[in-house]
Amino acid sequence: MIANYGYRDGSGEYYLTIDTDRCIECRGRWCVDACPQSLFIIEADDYDDEVATIVLTARKQLKEKCAGCKPSAGYETLPCLTACLPVAISHSW
Amino acid sequence: MIEEKREFWRWTEKIWRADGVDWKDAASVTVGIDVGSVSSQAVVLTDGRLFAFYSTRTGSNSPDSAKKALGGAMEGTDMTIDDVHYVVGTGYGRVNVPFANRAITEIACHARGANFMVGPSVRTILDMGGQDCKVIRCDDKGKVQNFIMNDKCAAGTGRGMEVIADTLGVPIEDIGVRSFDIDDEPEPVSNVCTVFAKSEATALLKAGWSVNRVLAAYCSAMAERVASLIDRVGVEKDFFITGGIAKNSGVVRRIERRIGVEAVKLPADTNLDPQIAGALGAALFAHALLRRQQKAEAAAGAAA
Amino acid sequence: MIVAGIDVGSKNTHVVVLKHGEVVARVAVPSGFEQEEAARGGVAAAAAAAGITVSDIDYMVATGVGRKAIPFAQHLVTEVAADARGAHALVPEVRTIIDVGADEALAIRVDAAGKVVDFAANEKCAAGAGAFVEAMSRALEVSLTRFGEISLESTKSIPMNAQCTVFAESEVVSLIHSNTSEKDIAKAVHDAMAGRVSAMVRRAGLEEVVVIGGGVAYNVGFVKALKDTLGVRELRVVPDPEYLGSYGAALIAADRAAERA
Repeated sequence: MIANYGYRDGSGEYYLTIDTDRCIECRGRWCVDACPQSLFIIEADDYDDEVATIVLTARKQLKEKCAGCKPSAGYETLPCLTACLPVAISHSW
Repeated sequence: MIEEKREFWRWTEKIWRADGVDWKDAASVTVGIDVGSVSSQAVVLTDGRLFAFYSTRTGSNSPDSAKKALGGAMEGTDMTIDDVHYVVGTGYGRVNVPFANRAITEIACHARGANFMVGPSVRTILDMGGQDCKVIRCDDKGKVQNFIMNDKCAAGTGRGMEVIADTLGVPIEDIGVRSFDIDDEPEPVSNVCTVFAKSEATALLKAGWSVNRVLAAYCSAMAERVASLIDRVGVEKDFFITGGIAKNSGVVRRIERRIGVEAVKLPADTNLDPQIAGALGAALFAHALLRRQQKAEAAAGAAA
Repeated sequence: MIVAGIDVGSKNTHVVVLKHGEVVARVAVPSGFEQEEAARGGVAAAAAAAGITVSDIDYMVATGVGRKAIPFAQHLVTEVAADARGAHALVPEVRTIIDVGADEALAIRVDAAGKVVDFAANEKCAAGAGAFVEAMSRALEVSLTRFGEISLESTKSIPMNAQCTVFAESEVVSLIHSNTSEKDIAKAVHDAMAGRVSAMVRRAGLEEVVVIGGGVAYNVGFVKALKDTLGVRELRVVPDPEYLGSYGAALIAADRAAERA
């Protein structure tokens, strides 16, 4: 399942997408500790797969929460992307 | 102040019950309860088949709303909560169904419910609620494959439409028809943000635009916003629309035009209400989870 | 040499007139629906206040979101350029400039010479600018000034769930119904907005000395909340903060008029 967490408002589109089919493969769950804002938690989803999801309260504040990690020139060095070996995470901005 | 506003997605109390079914004959009774920000629904299944559903307004207390919805569905049947074998709670207030055996997200429940209502052909569901807007892609079994939900920004939700309706002094139910009573389709309003769109609407009126034309521009902007949400997950037929704004032809027609796909409609003689999709999906999950639980217990019993 | 800076905002138009580098008039008028007309009125009022006529003005520079609607300005500059020029003149040690207006917010980082190094904006979303606090003060039915003041009396930190001005209004109403005190609601609102503005500042890069201008800088509650959220030793409010943009534009007008001479 492709889970798109986030929103679009007047200022832009901010979606943090998790591909749960890839996420299930992961043994390490390194994203949880890698994120300085602790956005990721591992939970059983509706179909009982243990996958990463975004903390409920943070989903409406992604622009602010992720701001600290995003240098103005591209985001290849984001800690969550670096930590996710199955390449399950992507950002829309 | 807020209470006096007319609320388009407000559903009057609604009850439906299957004729000639005695729930006491059923082997399983399962319930799904959907507590939304504006309305709450309860669906009761007997042996996995639709027995009753009830829709009511969500009060200020979510657990009470859950109880009220279930009480309404059971009224006049002698059924009590103790007769129910499994309850699944969902919706914006799903954590507030205190007697639920399990909580499932509104995304998964909506997909399951739509699959039941429309059939296995449904693949894309758009739900435009009072305070959120979501698009769900599912398979032929109603399992979610892709979803996107926007509940941060009022633009694209019933509240956003309500603000503009109030600003222009037009009852919500008239917006759709009036938005087509124009000479030519105007450009959409440039501001996404409802707060700024409100000022823009006022400015357009001052510049000589008719109310209908401003409505058209606003519906067009909302349709574009929703369509871009749909673009992110892609649309595949059959396409089904639920939620309050589904009744606003001004937005729905423009969405269909923009994405090039027409939404399926339930047959005119159906007793199913798109409003109950979430609770229905929850009840179906309850039925499946109960059977799984019973199988596990039977296996454990046999092994002992 | 007499010059003028005109800042055409979506809500208000500000005009500053300089005579030999000194401010001789400051005027604010509502922008209304006709920006050019409002700007002309503002300039005329400023000239009158300065004891001169409009034709005495040698050079005019316009800035602000509506600057393109001003055909009588000799030059146009972005808000970023105007704010940077104005802030650096007022506070030469400045490195980060924050401008929070009714409809948008800006963060600008400058070097020691006042040259712009980076900037970020909160635009097109009312929750990231002054409109948010203003709408909540209306929901609470207190004046904007009082709203800022009472927030200082609260010691609580209630996080707001709603991140949208429209939904936040309902949340404030719910808080009122659940008997949350006015001051605690006010603080919650100011903290919420400070969170969004500080995230914007971090996108531009935070470096002290930090100054703040724009109309919302008058809000003592917001300035305190922002200072706490940024975690800086000092958050300096520039004098006459709502005129920061027009002041900077006037200084640029003086620079350009001098070059021409």
